[in-house]
Amino acid sequence: MISSIVSKVKQKRIAQLVAKGKRLDGRALMEYREIKIEPSIIERAEGSAQVHIGKTQVLVGVKIETGEPFPDIPDQGVLTVNAELVPLASPTFEPGPPNEDAIELARIVDRGIRESKAIALEELCIQPGKKVFIVFVDVYVLNHDGNLIDASALAALTALVNTKMFNYEMKNDEIVKKPGYKPLPVRNYPVAVTFAKINDKLVVDPWLEEEHVMDARLTITTDKDGKICSIQKGGSGYFTTQQILEAAKIAKEKAAELRKLVVKT
Amino acid sequence: MPTFFEEKELVTPGDLLAEGEYMAGENTYRENGKIFAARIGLVEYENRRVRVVALRGFYVPRVGDTVIGIVVEVGFNGWEIDINAPYVATLRASDVLERGYRPQKDNLLSILDIGDLIVAKIASYDRGSNPRLTINEPGLGKVSRGQLIKVTPTKIPRIIGRKGSMISMIKRETNCRITLGQNGLILISGRKPEDEQLAIMAILKIEEESHTSGLTDRITKMLKKEKEARKNVQT
Amino acid sequence: MSKPEKLLDKKGLRLDGRKLDELRPIKMEVGILANADGSAYLEQGRNKVLAAVYGPKEVHPKHLALPDRAILRCRYHMAPFSVEERKSPAPSRREIELSKVIRDALEPAVFLEYYPRTSIDIFIEILQADGGTRCAGITTAALALADAGIPMRDLVVACAAGKADGKLILDLMDLEDKYGEADVPLAMMPGINAVTLLQMDGSLTLEEFEKAIEMAMEGCRKIYEVQKEALKAKYVTVKEETEE
Repeated sequence: MISSIVSKVKQKRIAQLVAKGKRLDGRALMEYREIKIEPSIIERAEGSAQVHIGKTQVLVGVKIETGEPFPDIPDQGVLTVNAELVPLASPTFEPGPPNEDAIELARIVDRGIRESKAIALEELCIQPGKKVFIVFVDVYVLNHDGNLIDASALAALTALVNTKMFNYEMKNDEIVKKPGYKPLPVRNYPVAVTFAKINDKLVVDPWLEEEHVMDARLTITTDKDGKICSIQKGGSGYFTTQQILEAAKIAKEKAAELRKLVVKT
Repeated sequence: MPTFFEEKELVTPGDLLAEGEYMAGENTYRENGKIFAARIGLVEYENRRVRVVALRGFYVPRVGDTVIGIVVEVGFNGWEIDINAPYVATLRASDVLERGYRPQKDNLLSILDIGDLIVAKIASYDRGSNPRLTINEPGLGKVSRGQLIKVTPTKIPRIIGRKGSMISMIKRETNCRITLGQNGLILISGRKPEDEQLAIMAILKIEEESHTSGLTDRITKMLKKEKEARKNVQT
Repeated sequence: MSKPEKLLDKKGLRLDGRKLDELRPIKMEVGILANADGSAYLEQGRNKVLAAVYGPKEVHPKHLALPDRAILRCRYHMAPFSVEERKSPAPSRREIELSKVIRDALEPAVFLEYYPRTSIDIFIEILQADGGTRCAGITTAALALADAGIPMRDLVVACAAGKADGKLILDLMDLEDKYGEADVPLAMMPGINAVTLLQMDGSLTLEEFEKAIEMAMEGCRKIYEVQKEALKAKYVTVKEETEE
């Protein structure tokens, strides 16, 4: 790979095409790249999934451990989302603690799950104020070709839906594992849909070269009832009200399509 | 082709100043046939040209400007000068020595040391490289005495006044030599510290009241009154 | 603080007596820190926010400089004493994310292309927090940028709308943010009708969302007027005094 910088000629081409309602890779403005979902591919993890959106590839692993609850919500389990932009995924990713991009990514995924109440955290309490289950969702970006948010959110949802918790019983205040598993109590299915604004037009699922050209980014996460549960604007440009409302409407439709890939109804 | 403010009215960034066949001048910008303010200041409509005389701003170098600067670094080939601008300026040893610079023999520190004050001119400057200074003109070079004050650079024209009227008046009334740097630094040196004090007072008052009218008169009056008061104390 | 039984009373008023679409009392002051190139202070309800701008200036470290424009850097930070339980002064993940979205909200307003190879640094300190501090931070930082004389397309102003006890409300305070049903912070450049920050947490239907952003924008427009007056205040007073 020579460089992550898109040549000026290509930038211009992408912008001109979008103005005509076309995209460099042949997609329609509101068309996703091909999506492939592989659940439960890491046996060591309680839940896992790999999602490909075009060449973007994200792996999510879910681990379940026990620990202390937050003091202000003593009777609920804990959800923790972390994202790693591992250096093997892009020449622009560097080793080290999560940077602001990784933190933002993790927090967008986190908010989708949390705000839609996807996990019944109240069912993950073992002993109020003392012991609860902690759900660790680790997002691992393996190849970055744009739209990491939607791929990560979709992989996280798939992993959670397929997460198995061990059975246990309490003996003298100690947890003793018992044979057999039960599913993690997942009650809602949040799906993130991301738009890029290029040349004053919206496109869905931007790939990397479009992300380099875009003025701004808008992610809208909707739940199984079509309600909006989380939004994040990013990038150094702006949106008009009309663009935001258009995006919200399309996000709801697209999310319903994506949800079918994860949850068979 | 309407305009939306009175001449010299106070405007803030984002204020719509004019629409239609106007040209966007200093501190304004044009978008979709409309001209907006980009800085806080006083709007002026002159021959279809809209501009804002900024009340807040910083110095951006222009070739030919006289500036006052402080030596902040001495390097192999010259000096780096802080000129109160987004960019640090350079002064090359070969330009100062007016002959070939001989790194083995010439001691740059003996010419200009860190902390030294200079009056210089911007010799060259563009978007791609930092400004380069020259001191090879009469009146330029190292400064050894006087007091330095700092004002908002956008107010320098007001301190100069129309055809230099304001600054000549202050020089006359206070008997001080005053060097104005376009970069907002001003060097004042008088025979007595009281004279310098008086000049500084006048300049700071202009800075604060630059956007008001009748300023020259008020400053003249103030200086005369102050001088009178001081005379009375002495006798 | 523990969860209140209700966020709205029988008359439909909020815990602090406000109507649904009423802003908290707000005041701003510009140019209050001597060292900074631009600065501002804001109080919105019990929020107390300070912002300072340095630059444009040489970039340190140098390799971060861009050849064709200035870089905008932003740090949103909460003072340890700003909240009920002491907050560790080390930047949290929330603060790192907010620093980024606030930068993204301010950047469209600044003519960065005028000053290549430089940086403009924005520091926002939350001295006391009571909900809506990212919005208050944006409003304050925009004033500090204008005070630094940095050319801008417009001031940026921010305000949140949300939902509590089934009703849409404006300018959420901490309790409403924590225990309400939704929070929609929004920043915009009102002069050119551009939304530069939009986030949402909670649960809203499409119709509610549309109404919420309308409400937030209306709040923004009101705060924008206060912002402009604050920027002009110093000059207006001097003018009045001298021209009496």
